[in-house]
Amino acid sequence: MVGGIKPAFELKSAGFTLPIIRLLDVDLDAVAAQLAAKVEQAPDFFRNTPVVIDLGGLPETERDVEFPMLVGLLRGHGMLPFGVRGGTEQHHRAAQAMELAVLGESRVPRDKAQGRGAPPPAPRRPAPRTEPEPDHEPLAAAPPPSGSFTLINRPIRSGQRIHALGGDLSIVGAVSSGAELMAEGNIHVYGPLRGRAMAGMNGNVEARIFCQDLQAELVSIAGHYRVSENIPAALRGVAVQIFLDGQALRIEPL
Amino acid sequence: MARIIVITSGKGGVGKTTTAAAFSMGLALRGHKTAVIDFDVGLRNLDLIMGCERRVVYDFVNVINGEANLNQALIRDKRCDQLYVLPASQTRDKDALTKEGVGAVIEELSKTFDFVVCDSPAGIEHGAMMAMYYADDAIVVTNPEVSSVRDSDRMLGILSSKSQRAETNAEPIREFLLLTRYSPERVAHGEMLSVEDVQEILSMDLLGVVPESQAVLNASNAGTPVVLDKISPAGQAYGDMVARYLGEDVPHRFLAVEKKGFFSRLLKRG
Ligand SMILES: Nc1ncnc2c1ncn2[C@@H]1O[C@H](COP(=O)(O)OP(=O)(O)OP(=O)(O)O)[C@@H](O)[C@H]1O
Ligand SMILES: [Mg+2]
Repeated sequence: MVGGIKPAFELKSAGFTLPIIRLLDVDLDAVAAQLAAKVEQAPDFFRNTPVVIDLGGLPETERDVEFPMLVGLLRGHGMLPFGVRGGTEQHHRAAQAMELAVLGESRVPRDKAQGRGAPPPAPRRPAPRTEPEPDHEPLAAAPPPSGSFTLINRPIRSGQRIHALGGDLSIVGAVSSGAELMAEGNIHVYGPLRGRAMAGMNGNVEARIFCQDLQAELVSIAGHYRVSENIPAALRGVAVQIFLDGQALRIEPL
Repeated sequence: MARIIVITSGKGGVGKTTTAAAFSMGLALRGHKTAVIDFDVGLRNLDLIMGCERRVVYDFVNVINGEANLNQALIRDKRCDQLYVLPASQTRDKDALTKEGVGAVIEELSKTFDFVVCDSPAGIEHGAMMAMYYADDAIVVTNPEVSSVRDSDRMLGILSSKSQRAETNAEPIREFLLLTRYSPERVAHGEMLSVEDVQEILSMDLLGVVPESQAVLNASNAGTPVVLDKISPAGQAYGDMVARYLGEDVPHRFLAVEKKGFFSRLLKRG
């Protein structure tokens, strides 16, 4: 080590899932009243929780968002507002004046009704990477991330665990039994899926699993899982998509 | 520069040492200067199968510890002067193999040999990791049964992530499948996986299929690598596998149930 200087920090990137307050009205009195009711139902949920304010749902209006009041309101309920997304240039300037960060476009679909399960591309997401797990063989040379997905062009062997942070994961090759795939977004497997696949890792209920040949040991969307034993024989060995329908995990042939 | 080949499997007792002996002898017989290293420290038996156990003075660990030099430890084969054996120590444990030590030995061998064959111990512990770390090629020895296939798959994952080539982002290790102890009769009865079944799961290049054969046991009892037995199917299969490794296009044999004719029943060769 040059000069014997011990590194005091590392720079890394990671993806987080945060609650979003989606403003539908600039009338803060209405917001305040409804928010108080919500917080009352689950006060612990909001305590010390960082939140992002989404301005994308505001109707077009001349009126400004009163950020100082909004921030005060959220803080008053124990939340830690730290950024905004969406909205106009004017909104952004006002937000920055309150030391709020201006975040990039979302990766989560705006509306459940629109584009279910197909998150739009995300230009400013933190770079996804495969995360080494102790006791497992991470892919030492995961291909460089591009956009918000991870593409791996070779088979995933028993004992390997691929964790794609912050996006979709595509595997071109077989996934062996005893291998494990995890992604915050969708998982695509172009080859037999014999191991475990867990999509929507951070609770994204819109995530889906697509595979050409389902022989999996376990599949899961946002924690709703099904083990091999409970996958009907008719769906084994065929191309399927797997998604959440309310609380139910559905497996449908493609 | 030598090519470094690891004979590995994950699962124990599948035929790694048998293969290391036959493969290195096969390469040497074709005129390639070959060294075969026993990485099974504490359970050495490559020297037995090679028939040189009574000529062991120094071993691999002695060389790593600087207690002997390579020339003192390498044992030249009596049947083929292109073949050398570096035996394992029976008295040390596997931690004696350090990454630096193993690397230095392999580097020195690389200067004068064409091929260095590393006979890996079973498992995925330290000894097996050291045997595969410096490999250019891996021969993954697999028996036609589910647990062996699963372990081979696990080993393939380790090869692609824990080897020097993986760690330095170099071209990946070339991986070859060798199916051993194959019994077409048992496959026909559904008691064993077929070549196709195994290939479907592992999807890798098939270097050879070695049939289950009494000749293997006889050969190891006699301390003769089975590839020298040119009559037995196992010996021939190992000969074919060496040829394929060297780039020859040799069709696979011994995959189907043999029709027992009058003469073969009379001769009853295993
Ligand atoms: N093709 C074969 N036909 C019959 N027996 C075989 C065959 N190949 C190997 N064997 C037998 O299987 C046993 C194990 O073989 P070997 O020692 O080569 O395996 P290994 O993988 O090196 O074992 P270990 O994991 O303990 O190092 C030996 O008794 C050997 O004779
Ligand atoms: Mg052995």
